[in-house]
Amino acid sequence: MSGCSLGVSIIMKTGEIKPYISRKYRELRILLGDPLLFIVIAIVGISVILFILYPLIKVILSGIVINDRFSFSIIKEIVSSWYLRQAFRNSIIMGVTTAALGTLVGFLFAFTLARTDIPFKRFFNIIAIIPIVSPPFIGALSIIMLFGNNGFITAGVLGLSNVKIYGFRGLLVAQVVTFFPVAFITLKGVLDSISPTLEDAALDLGGSRWNVFRRVTLPLAVPGIASAMLVLFIETLADFGNPLVLAGSRFPILSVQAYLEITGMYNLPKGAALSLILLVPSMTAYIIQKYWVSKHRYITVTGKPTSSAIKLVNKPAKWLLFSGTMLVSLFVILIYLTILWGAFAKVWGSDNSLTLRHFGYVLGVGFEAVLDTLVIAGISTPISGVLGMVIAFLIVRKRFIGRGALEFTSMLSFAVPGTVIGIGYILAFNRPPLVLTGTLAILLINFIYRYVPVGIQSGVAILQQIDPSIEEAAIDLGADSRKTFGRITLPLMVPAFFSGLIFAFVRAMTAISAAIFLVSSNWQLMTVQIMSQVESGRLGAASAFSVILVGIITAAILIIRWLLHLRFSGMQGSELRF
Amino acid sequence: MSVKLQNISKFFSDPEYPDKGVAAVVDCNLDILEGEMVTLLGPSGCGKTTTLRVISGFESPTSGSVYIDNDDVTSTPPNKRDTSMVFQSYAIFPHLTVAQNIGFGLSLRKKPKNEIEKEVRDIMRMTGLEDMYNRRPDQLSGGQQQRVALARAIINKPRVLLFDEPLSNLDAKLREQMRVEIRRIQKTFGITSIYVTHDQDEAMTVSDRIVVMNEGRVQQVGTPFEIYSRPVNTFVADFIGQANFLDARVLRKSAESVDIMIGTAEKNIKSWSGNPEVGDTVKVVVRPESLRVKKSKDKNDGLNGVISTQVYLGPSVEYQIDQKKKTETFHAVTYNPVESGFFSIGDKVSVDFNSAAAHILAEG
Repeated sequence: MSGCSLGVSIIMKTGEIKPYISRKYRELRILLGDPLLFIVIAIVGISVILFILYPLIKVILSGIVINDRFSFSIIKEIVSSWYLRQAFRNSIIMGVTTAALGTLVGFLFAFTLARTDIPFKRFFNIIAIIPIVSPPFIGALSIIMLFGNNGFITAGVLGLSNVKIYGFRGLLVAQVVTFFPVAFITLKGVLDSISPTLEDAALDLGGSRWNVFRRVTLPLAVPGIASAMLVLFIETLADFGNPLVLAGSRFPILSVQAYLEITGMYNLPKGAALSLILLVPSMTAYIIQKYWVSKHRYITVTGKPTSSAIKLVNKPAKWLLFSGTMLVSLFVILIYLTILWGAFAKVWGSDNSLTLRHFGYVLGVGFEAVLDTLVIAGISTPISGVLGMVIAFLIVRKRFIGRGALEFTSMLSFAVPGTVIGIGYILAFNRPPLVLTGTLAILLINFIYRYVPVGIQSGVAILQQIDPSIEEAAIDLGADSRKTFGRITLPLMVPAFFSGLIFAFVRAMTAISAAIFLVSSNWQLMTVQIMSQVESGRLGAASAFSVILVGIITAAILIIRWLLHLRFSGMQGSELRF
Repeated sequence: MSVKLQNISKFFSDPEYPDKGVAAVVDCNLDILEGEMVTLLGPSGCGKTTTLRVISGFESPTSGSVYIDNDDVTSTPPNKRDTSMVFQSYAIFPHLTVAQNIGFGLSLRKKPKNEIEKEVRDIMRMTGLEDMYNRRPDQLSGGQQQRVALARAIINKPRVLLFDEPLSNLDAKLREQMRVEIRRIQKTFGITSIYVTHDQDEAMTVSDRIVVMNEGRVQQVGTPFEIYSRPVNTFVADFIGQANFLDARVLRKSAESVDIMIGTAEKNIKSWSGNPEVGDTVKVVVRPESLRVKKSKDKNDGLNGVISTQVYLGPSVEYQIDQKKKTETFHAVTYNPVESGFFSIGDKVSVDFNSAAAHILAEG
């Protein structure tokens, strides 16, 4: 083979360009011979540029172009401000510590569930899912209710007054509770894919349990751990809800400062510039995650599924892990019970007798927000899901010019903080040719393109499991690309489509960081309502809103799972997993 | 329906060296006649699957042209080529029943439902799938899935039937059974077929002609007999079965035969490849089963040796014979050992062969 490839290199280098051109020409002819594919690629490409790239470019330009001139004056102004420098520092510190601590807790959960035979595994699984299916600032809200000045524990149980929960420590706890499940899901997947036979082999070779864990299991999990940490870093950096509630003015956080600059000072360029600064570390982490960590994954392929008796953990270690997991779980439960209780308590902290008053308020004054949220999430998620499947299909199965660019751009929303996107949408769509601000459309479009990576991810995952020759067989039998996609690929992707749909729906229902810039008096969101209730100190109403929101999400998940079960029971891969 | 490949080359770009390429197929020319079953045979990475995918349209060649029935189909998309492929992984649609799988091609052609059902039932009977009509693919055994893949391909009466290592996922017994079956069905329908395999027994069983490939290049095209007894080079001789390569010198040459000196014996051989000239050193290919082994006295004529290994296989015994002075070894097989007897390790033997069983390679 080496002789041949040497020959080729000579052919290619001496510039015998003719075969190359004729092959490109042929590929183009094949693409043009399939006009539908061509049109789909064109439409997807243009819409991604318009609704993902263009707003981003707008943010970047508004940060460095002032009065049609290239200028760093806003950036300089920000850098010279001690307070904003502090905000940048705090954001990074918060991101790093949450990444470390959240991944640690996530690993504790994942390892305990994957490698021990403790009881209540299902319970722990559910606990780790709850923070994912609830609005991201519930942690912050609950911590104020528990540990704040009027907190149930601080004031009620311990009788303390003048407690300083606002700032680094309180926020860190809220962020870890909110984001450790993300690390858990990644690491559970990683640990499950490390075949226990490898550990068996190491034990068999005479390694002690601790040695096997340290020298086999842990090194194999390192890429997954790195990936989880980077994702947590990105999410914490981008998070807006928890810091807005808990950071306080002494501990400024960048995403909140950008928001305050725009809504408080009406200084759009400065807000944009602040969000631009936020973009730098999160993009860096994203690129490291995508192009470095993901390439260093170990894939352990074993022919047969292994059901190994669990040997890696001895009895004392097992119960130690169990206690740790249980402790975290109890804290999560405490967080959520507090919200539930708060929703029914007359005045949190001073009059804890039960009432339905808050629910009455939410379903009366706030009912419009509930309906609007449902409409927006209900319309945007299926569209986002289908778009995600189509993009996943194009990325995995088709070869065309710009494929890499399409993949990168459409997955960008994972990395770009919501604050940046929200500001970008205001900048991009508040003047002709596209005036969308204040409409339902801007919220829908934002949600569709913001959560499309969720669909793409699950689509890519399932497509990589579908043998390409299954689609080739259909083409070979005479099906064109539309029929192959419609009759073969899509039916096989349906289970992944729905599990992607659930995630996208959850994210749409709980979104705040971008949406808070885009809501208007006509179109309101529950999350934004909860936020303003918290800001005006009505913790009861905020809690009731949160309970209803979590209730809707849970109901939606159960309905979709039930429908899927009816339709696809018995079909491979129809299991919905979280 | 004939298939013709003209100067087909296919280079894949190597992501690590974008300015270079990896040659999968280099300047391949092939003529496949109507109704013929041709096998592409070679080690993995020799370009046989790429060639098949170029014919099916899943890969477009870097240069060269593909003709089916004298139509240039080089830039015709695979769904319009009217070829049907039997995939290595079978590629059964997991969400459709057996009947829906087999009738998929017909339903694309918008045939009436009752006609599809009749044709599907007919083909299922022919392929031994009678009772599987409403089964789901995951309820089938490997052999049954193989039959579904075959039925799904032939029901459309394609111009060309393509097989991509179709039997490699079956166990040995079933494989032998299926290759006879595939050959029978192909003959019944008379569909021009191209079959890719790395298994020489399979190639011998199913093909009218075999194309031996290596490193992207066609080495030899011929009937199974020609490939085995008249190999054109050492690669083909070595890849198909086992071969002894004996050094010899050309003494005389005529139009019909070549006289060679091998050891101390002179032989007249009527089969050769290349252009052996008087005085050349050439290699003589003799298959193990054609090598006659005898106990010998210590006579040094170059074809003597000592038995170094003995492998008993039941119907036959394989021997390795170390030559005394040279480092090379002979491979020999004797049949029916119960009657013909055994040699033991350490026995001194001499080997000989019938001139008709030998073939000269003059590769230069």
